[in-house]
Amino acid sequence: MTKPLGMNSSFNVARPDFALIAAWVKPGSKVLDLGCGDGSLIRFLRDSRGARGYGVEIDDANVLACFNNGVNVIQSDLESGLQSFESGSFDYVVLSQTLQAVKNTENIIKEMLRVSKEGIVSFPNFGYWKNRLQVLSGHMPVSEALPYQWFDTPNIHNCTLGDFEEFCGQHGAHILERRVMSGNHQIRFMPNLLGMLAFYRFEQQK
Amino acid sequence: MLMQDSNSFNTVTPQVARFDTPLHLKSGAVLDNYELVYETYGELNAARSNAVLVCHALSGNHHLAGFYDDNPKSAGWWNNMIGPGKSIDTQKFLVIGVNNLGGCHGSTGPASINAKTGKCYGPNFPVVTVEDWVQTQVRLADHLGIDQFAAVAGGSLGGMQALQWTLDFPDRVRHALVIAAAAKLTAQNIAFNDVARQAIITDPDFHGGDYYSHGVIPRRGLRLARMLGHITYLSDDSMAAKFGRELRNGALAFGYDVEFEIESYLRYQGDKFASQFDANTYLLMTKALDYFDPAFPHNNDLSAAFRFAEANFLVLSFTTDWRFSPERSRAIVRALLDNELDVSYAEITSSHGHDSFLMEDRHYHRLVRAYMDNIVV
Repeated sequence: MTKPLGMNSSFNVARPDFALIAAWVKPGSKVLDLGCGDGSLIRFLRDSRGARGYGVEIDDANVLACFNNGVNVIQSDLESGLQSFESGSFDYVVLSQTLQAVKNTENIIKEMLRVSKEGIVSFPNFGYWKNRLQVLSGHMPVSEALPYQWFDTPNIHNCTLGDFEEFCGQHGAHILERRVMSGNHQIRFMPNLLGMLAFYRFEQQK
Repeated sequence: MLMQDSNSFNTVTPQVARFDTPLHLKSGAVLDNYELVYETYGELNAARSNAVLVCHALSGNHHLAGFYDDNPKSAGWWNNMIGPGKSIDTQKFLVIGVNNLGGCHGSTGPASINAKTGKCYGPNFPVVTVEDWVQTQVRLADHLGIDQFAAVAGGSLGGMQALQWTLDFPDRVRHALVIAAAAKLTAQNIAFNDVARQAIITDPDFHGGDYYSHGVIPRRGLRLARMLGHITYLSDDSMAAKFGRELRNGALAFGYDVEFEIESYLRYQGDKFASQFDANTYLLMTKALDYFDPAFPHNNDLSAAFRFAEANFLVLSFTTDWRFSPERSRAIVRALLDNELDVSYAEITSSHGHDSFLMEDRHYHRLVRAYMDNIVV
């Protein structure tokens, strides 16, 4: 799974989304990052939270980047599941801005709940007002969070906050926490309209 | 001076270490003394922390890199990987290659003289295992004053030795590079090995393994064994691309001489190998492959086998390798993950089958370089 959003900036640039995920990860946890790109999130969690992390990547160039960054990476196709990983073997599985590019969405959420105590998902909110405005004006949205044209986008399963929460309810995922961001700002008022990026922490419905 | 690539050693010299402490083998047999031939490339640093042991596969040996006496035909078998400025950089690491016990390139083996009898060991040379080899390699490390390897690396049967190191001497290896390997052979794999052995053993010139005293070698058997092996090291696609159905003389001859190019190639490879390699060593190496199964003493639980491993691992496989398939490597990765060990795994797209691990490939060599660059010495 390649990073669909082109957000693999260097380690020096502040990544508010990384900081937000790190705040949810208890120190010393075991973390799996699905579609880990160049491994920068794993490295951030390792450095900031003392996490033991592994990434999963399919793209050769990203796997090499992980090697260069000294990050544990397992080259594997997310679409074929997480067979390499034992049930319940991680504290957190992260799917950072990759959900919208996964073909088999139901399976990946099921697999996340299988291998890990908790799942963390982030995705660009399709219900963001600027996206709605572009659709109203008769065009597919192109924005900072969705930087692709309709014909070259890897993002095949875009959703809104409302869509994702409904999906979780139907697939046995109990949402523990939600954060909605627009740039560096947390959005509390009308998040499905004003939020650009959504973050969820969830566990298996008990 | 010959024009060779500037990143190679133009002249390397093998050395011999002699061991007189009896070696107790897994089979129960004891070797009172033996010699190992080895080569080193690069310099050991002051902290003695930069040594890398490279283990060889079935037909390999201690000559990993560089050339003998400026002879361009004498390149080491991993010369594309190891050398100054190469992926396994001998400006950073001291790299060691050793011919395994039982080999036929200078270390004590079936063709060596047994001091007790004054004759070749022949069929009386004991069957050795991957565990036994690791024991001998530890003694070589002691001999060279190396307490801990920065890395132990190998492809195929060499990768099995790297794995075994992490199990038997967890505090003496910091990284293991396990390339195109498996934690055990499949039934199909053992079957191929047994056909190869049968070809050798049923050759009338084999003489129960004592062909040395008859002044002959089981050339036909060894040739067949190598031809069979060679087929399994290539992929269907690479054979099709390289040979297709090309005919040597452009037309069918309606006979049993060489007609198709692939026949010519295999026969040439078989002949070349049969004149260079000892048949008893071939038998012994294939048995070591068959016996390797670190999960077996742990109720076939590979994760349990790695419980005391401490090394960091690099596991690599190749997409068209059907003899040591990516699935076999993924099983190793799963066991390492179960033990929360540091592991990276890449599945390299290559058309060359099992032989890919020996081939020059930009992505493959960049991965190894990136991994080796991050090893602290």
